[in-house]
Amino acid sequence: MLTVEGISTYYGNIQALKEVELKVNEGEIVTLIGSNGAGKTTTLLTISGLLKPAQGKVTFLGRTITGVPPHNIVKMGISHVPEGRRIFPLMTLMENLEMGAFGRTDKRAIKEDLDMVFQTFPQLKGREKQMAGTLSGGEQQMLAMGRALMSRPKLLLLDEPSMGLAPMIVKEIFQIIEKINRQGTTILLVEQNAQMALKTAGKGYVLETGKIVLQDNASALLENDDVRKSYLGE
Amino acid sequence: MFIQQLVNGIILGSIYSLIALGYTMVYGIIMLINFAHGEIYMFGAFAGMILVVFYNVPFFLAFLLAMAFAGLVGLTVEYLAYRPLRRSSRLAALISAIGASIFLQNLALLIMGARPYTFPSPFIPKVYQTSFLTISKLELIILAISFLLMFALTFFIQKTKIGKAMRAAAQDMDTASLMGINVNLIISITFLVGSALGAAAGVMVGIYFRTVTPMMGLMPGLKGFVAAVLGGIGRIPGAMLGGLLLGVAEVMAAAYISSQYRDAAAFAILILVLFFKPTGLMGSFMQEKV
Repeated sequence: MLTVEGISTYYGNIQALKEVELKVNEGEIVTLIGSNGAGKTTTLLTISGLLKPAQGKVTFLGRTITGVPPHNIVKMGISHVPEGRRIFPLMTLMENLEMGAFGRTDKRAIKEDLDMVFQTFPQLKGREKQMAGTLSGGEQQMLAMGRALMSRPKLLLLDEPSMGLAPMIVKEIFQIIEKINRQGTTILLVEQNAQMALKTAGKGYVLETGKIVLQDNASALLENDDVRKSYLGE
Repeated sequence: MFIQQLVNGIILGSIYSLIALGYTMVYGIIMLINFAHGEIYMFGAFAGMILVVFYNVPFFLAFLLAMAFAGLVGLTVEYLAYRPLRRSSRLAALISAIGASIFLQNLALLIMGARPYTFPSPFIPKVYQTSFLTISKLELIILAISFLLMFALTFFIQKTKIGKAMRAAAQDMDTASLMGINVNLIISITFLVGSALGAAAGVMVGIYFRTVTPMMGLMPGLKGFVAAVLGGIGRIPGAMLGGLLLGVAEVMAAAYISSQYRDAAAFAILILVLFFKPTGLMGSFMQEKV
């Protein structure tokens, strides 16, 4: 579904990604783990078009999407939940969700998806008119995910959904990720919480200073000595 | 006397509000003080005057055409002078804005010459008088148009899809593009709308003072900027409030202190705001939750 081939991305003169390769098949949950600054977020930003790679290419459903502006990539079916949620704080919860469906005109289907979002995140229900900036961190994460689902993505990119959240809520978020995946959305998950991510995903990649150093089934990575030492704190 | 001054201040202020909106909308979305905005206002006034005086276009049609024309000028300025600098430092864009302002002023001088043009009022002079208030028909029309435009803008920003996208892009441009919003297009629309409002102010000032000159944009441009800062730059209701307050303050200073202090009052307000509440009356820093 998604193929990333040899992408190198720079911030000015600093090379953040060194020929990163990865593949996501339809229906999978794939996770990309690594420490802070390894290039996880950069990888997602390059896929969704906010950053342009100096080399390499990204293909999605058989089409090259490198160089396509982000607002068109969304229309092709990739939705990105950015790091730190990035909800629109001065807009209401409902307006945030409407923005998620910005590129769509099928009013009835949008309504159905709204119902689906409220069903997936019942905490958001009844608070449509609340300013999004006044929601708690967990609720903001849910809103950011709901907003991303409003574009009816085929592939959902999740950047650190557990960041700064209480363990209880992290658990809940990961359950919802599994549920979204069961309902047919492919997921590429970036996480620092390697434990949770590898338990949820089918396949995993390990990123170290801009390079993919390991790739395997998630269950195998959970057993891998290097991974256990470096990322699972054992 | 006081009520009369208050009303005069509100009339002047509603013009400042319209100008301030152009500054604040642009700043809200690309963090740039568009110093060419005063010139856009002047271009609008000229377009209105030329259509009415030289082509006998009916006033309200000329008014709308002037808004459209200035909107296109604003859009072009953004495209040529600001867009290529989108990823550069804010200082570079600011310098480019000053350059655009000087260029447009000189363009007008070149085409129209330095002499002032008369912009005759399209309305039969008529004055309404009560025991405490005198107001002309023209002033009432200016007030009505200004408030109508502000109301229309508020509706546009709050309720329409494009308006919401403008707010989203103003809060977080990258994330807005991840929603499928074409941010460049939204920026163009912002310039179009802000410039059209500036032109509306220019035409109204033109018929109020009956003159149009290539330098007319300078002072109102600065006043509009002060009004935007006073209200909280980037905040649309702030620009409306800031303009009205500035207009009232200026008229009061002229009435009760000395008319020579009119402009000084405006800039004293700017200094005080920057000193004591740099975010402006309605500005605030949004706390980010982690």
